[in-house]
Amino acid sequence: MFIINCPYCGERDQTEFSSGGEAHIVRPKQPTELSDDEWAEFLFMRKNIKGIQFERWNHSHGCRKWFNVVRDTSNDKIHAVYKMGEKPPVNK
Amino acid sequence: MKNKYSIFSLIKNAFSSHENWQRAWRDPEPKKEYDAIIVGGGGHGLATAYYLAKKHKMTNIAVVEKGWIGGGNTGRNTTIIRSNYLWDASAGLYDHALKIWEGLSQELNYNIMFSQRGVMNLAHNLQDVRDLKRRTHANRLNGIDAVWLNTDEVKKFCPIINTSPDIRYPVLGGTLQKRAGTARHDAVAWGYARGADQLGVDIIQNCEVKGIKRDGDQVIGIETSKGYIKSKKIGVVAAGHSSVIANMAGLKLPLESKPLQALVSEPVKPIIDTVVMSNAVHAYVSQSDKGELVIGAGTDSYVSYTQKGSHNIVEETLRAILELYPIFSRMKMLRQWGGIVDICPDASPIISKTQVKGLYFNCGWGTGGFKATPGSGDLFAHTIANDEPHKLNAAFNINRFVSGDLVDEHGAAAVAH
Repeated sequence: MFIINCPYCGERDQTEFSSGGEAHIVRPKQPTELSDDEWAEFLFMRKNIKGIQFERWNHSHGCRKWFNVVRDTSNDKIHAVYKMGEKPPVNK
Repeated sequence: MKNKYSIFSLIKNAFSSHENWQRAWRDPEPKKEYDAIIVGGGGHGLATAYYLAKKHKMTNIAVVEKGWIGGGNTGRNTTIIRSNYLWDASAGLYDHALKIWEGLSQELNYNIMFSQRGVMNLAHNLQDVRDLKRRTHANRLNGIDAVWLNTDEVKKFCPIINTSPDIRYPVLGGTLQKRAGTARHDAVAWGYARGADQLGVDIIQNCEVKGIKRDGDQVIGIETSKGYIKSKKIGVVAAGHSSVIANMAGLKLPLESKPLQALVSEPVKPIIDTVVMSNAVHAYVSQSDKGELVIGAGTDSYVSYTQKGSHNIVEETLRAILELYPIFSRMKMLRQWGGIVDICPDASPIISKTQVKGLYFNCGWGTGGFKATPGSGDLFAHTIANDEPHKLNAAFNINRFVSGDLVDEHGAAAVAH
């Protein structure tokens, strides 16, 4: 339970948002050439970090836009919010 | 078994005001090397150690636990035990556990207060009715007891349920597994700890794993807060923190860790003598022997290791509880807590070897691991001792995420796991 600062709407309660999980997982450019192992890595394997995590959120009960959040999963503190396509403001 | 608990030991100790009971397990310092180390002193980890010692005669082993035994999810769950899963693989796994539960107090010489009071799953819409009837048939084909109850039969089995057709999500029926029920969760950890200890297992508490040492693709030991311990077989049963341990060994797991909440009410006289679960409205409730209502809520939607959980999740669950059980409307809730559960994409566990030799993982139990504790320990012990899975956990290997052979229990077990 925390407040998220939507880059389009400002500060709102977390319940307005949907979590999209780990960010910066790039969809394979040539899916037909992927091995089963690479597909498993893309589809299922997650860092699931305890600590600073880069993740996607959607303001599903607001502007419905996607954006990225840098959050510490050990205490739910948000360190940064940035738009899709932008460079992470903290080192990844 | 030394220090066997019995009516005679109870009477004998009553004469000395119960001041002379012996410790149930030792508090040893870690040795330099073990034949196997189990990381995680919850129910699953302690059960694994117990069966490794008992069935596979591996007695030079240790369980390392960063806190105290049973202080994680073993002490945080809602103690529900059932085996009415849809798919054959799951039915085999969970019913194996249920069969062990049925004789566990006697085997461990420790009263785990296993109570086969039945678990009823409610249906609130047409799709629920279809799914639950299908599951009932699947269960019976697998030799698992299951019956379908219509609305009147639900009301008869649990009279305090509001079966009015006028509520938002009316009760259209339900399934009942009579062999299902509850057990005292702490006693499960303590019973297994005592059993394992008596077979020679070292249970090392306050010993946090800081690193996993590899020599090429063979695991050789662990760095802990109590120093380096050598072992060529390491079984990790770390629940919500499985990914953290996996990262230490350079592995990635298909898990997401999320807070799952539960809460208990003030204690009242006996009012509900079974377990009622409802997937659609997400509410499940039973009553502890102390008289508290034990209520399970849902998981938060995001990864977090905070062991708290959000208020809106509790609110949703209590809203559903109040509609189904108007009689509880004036009850006060006493405590609320969260545990970190590791959820697999297919809502089934992983009991498996890994690509690192000698490193085994038992994880991904998500929101429903407690019920499997004895079976999970037994099968994981088999996997570690033989370096091969038992046929009951072969389907739960980590390679299923590569082969695509998932055991998808999402639709079958849904949220109320």
